[in-house]
Amino acid sequence: MSLVVTPGWYMTLAALLFAIGALGILIRRNALVMFMCIELMLNAVNLTFVAAGRALGNLDGQMAVFFVLVVAAAEVVVGLAIIVAIFRRRESASVDELSEMAG
Amino acid sequence: MVELIVFALMAAASLAGGVTVIRARNPVYSAMGLLATLFSMAVLYVLQLAHFVAAVQVIVYAGAVMTLFLFVIMLIGVDKDENTAETIPHQRRLAMAIGLIAIGLGTALVARGRFSWVPLVDTPASAAETNGTVQALAEPMFTDWVLAFEATALLLTVAAAGAIALASTRKPIISRVPSSPAVSPSRRAERGVGGSGQEGRGGHPVLPPAAGDTRAGS
Repeated sequence: MSLVVTPGWYMTLAALLFAIGALGILIRRNALVMFMCIELMLNAVNLTFVAAGRALGNLDGQMAVFFVLVVAAAEVVVGLAIIVAIFRRRESASVDELSEMAG
Repeated sequence: MVELIVFALMAAASLAGGVTVIRARNPVYSAMGLLATLFSMAVLYVLQLAHFVAAVQVIVYAGAVMTLFLFVIMLIGVDKDENTAETIPHQRRLAMAIGLIAIGLGTALVARGRFSWVPLVDTPASAAETNGTVQALAEPMFTDWVLAFEATALLLTVAAAGAIALASTRKPIISRVPSSPAVSPSRRAERGVGGSGQEGRGGHPVLPPAAGDTRAGS
């Protein structure tokens, strides 16, 4: 039995995780859970980066993952601060109630 | 063979974690599912020889980001039921259909087998070239990518300042006195001018718990 785990397997797993994250964004109404789904999708993309970098034989994929990590950390900090600010104002974390800007 | 077993275990763990994220009613369970996914991702990175990325994944994501998430969950409160009313007709059903199509396409990739139609993934590089140790990653980071690296420093500074600006409240503590919630501090100071002994030392209004009662009586 010589079943080699090619980078394609990792990419397929990443695709599945990305689909799950996107599904969560579409289904859930809690701003925090939607934020976690964004993190899930970012991680799926990171896995794709690493797998592609390994397949191509250089380290640029892992460098890209490093920068995605930094941007994701900054995004989480600002996003959670926004969620806390919204919650202070209306005591709810549901995104359906944020409809002031809707025409 | 070992890689296959570890990959299968970690893939199952990460998928289970992902499903937990979107299925759990309690946001804390969602956070735990995300944590499982993040850890199994780190193992998958190690499996692909991305050691530095795996370490950063555990430290930054599983450590810092998840702690932040849990802090905010505890701050906001976990016991609120989610409103499941659909603002767009058939939204949930459509989302499930789209998601199942996407997941079906993903599993079709596995079922079809060897990914021969993707040219790059059939030639895994030699281990030495993609061994992502700290030393190996430091060289491109401080030569080719040094501008982006400095930009991330700026980005993190801006993000930290932005988070502080968003989270800070301008309301002084003085307005939280329960006796007169509707009166702003400046109006209260105006009222206090005419009163006897309402202004304390240095022009600061003195706010004993019974301040509103004396004001109402005068």
